[in-house]
Amino acid sequence: MKYVTLFIIIFVLWLLITFNIEIPNLIVGAVAALITSLVFGRSFLKDSKKFFQPHRYFWIIVYLFIFVWECIKANFDVAYRVLSPSMPIKPGIVKTKTTLKTDIGKTFLANSITMTPGTITVDIIDDEFYIHWIYVSSKDPKVYTDKILGRFEKYLKRIFE
Amino acid sequence: MSNTISIIFFIIGVVFDLFGCIGLIRLPDVYNRLQSATKSVTLGTCSILFGLFIKYGFSAIGMKALIAIPLLFFVSTVAAHALVRGSYIFGTKLWDKTVIDDYKDVQK
Repeated sequence: MKYVTLFIIIFVLWLLITFNIEIPNLIVGAVAALITSLVFGRSFLKDSKKFFQPHRYFWIIVYLFIFVWECIKANFDVAYRVLSPSMPIKPGIVKTKTTLKTDIGKTFLANSITMTPGTITVDIIDDEFYIHWIYVSSKDPKVYTDKILGRFEKYLKRIFE
Repeated sequence: MSNTISIIFFIIGVVFDLFGCIGLIRLPDVYNRLQSATKSVTLGTCSILFGLFIKYGFSAIGMKALIAIPLLFFVSTVAAHALVRGSYIFGTKLWDKTVIDDYKDVQK
C-alpha cells in the first residue's frame, strides 16, 4: 500500500514536470517512479490510509493560505529589520515543546517555523524544538511557545493526526 | 495584461532578493544572516517563479516553475536547519548581544 501511494505521487509529479503525454515519456516515467518507490518506500509514511481521507485535504488548503500569509509577513519583517538604521534585533535560542506526535507532522512544523517571521529551527530532540529567534520579546516559555508554535500546531494536528 | 502582471512579480522578487543580500552583509553573525537569507527566498525567488508561471500559463515552462516553488520551500528550510545546526556544533559563537541560549545545555 505504501509503495503504491508513493508510486502514484511520483508518477503524477513526473507528468507535471515533463508535461507531455506521449507513450515513451509515460514508460520512462513509470520505470523511474517504480525504481524510486521501491528504494524509498520503506521510509515513507507509516500509514498511507491518511492519504485517502478527504477532510485532511480541506485543512491543507486552509493551512496553505495561513502559511502564505505568514511568509509574506516574514519577508516584510526581515526587510524592516535589515533596512532600518538602528537594526532592532535581540537574538537568542529558545526551547519549546510541541504536542504533535508523528514525525511528518514535526517535520512540517519545523519547516513552517523556519518560514515564519524571525524564527529558524535549530534542532528537534524528541518533542523539544530549539529555535533561533531574531527578536526575543519575552522569556516566559508559555508565552513564546504559544507565539511561535501556536499558529500552526492546531492545523497540522488536523492534517497529520 | 498577463505580461504586465508577470513583470510586477519579477520586480517584487528582485527587490526582496536584494533585501536578503543586504541582510547578509549587515546582520552580525551566522545565525542572523541565515534568517535573512532563507526568508528573502520565499517572497523573492518564489515570486519570480510565480511571475514566470503567469507569463507562460499551463505550458511546459509554466508548470516547471510552479513545481519549483514547493521544492524550493522544502530545500531552503532544510538547508537552513542543517547550516544552523552544523555551525553550532562546529563551534561558531553566537553574537555577543545574544540574550538567551537554551541549546548549549544539549550540546554538552
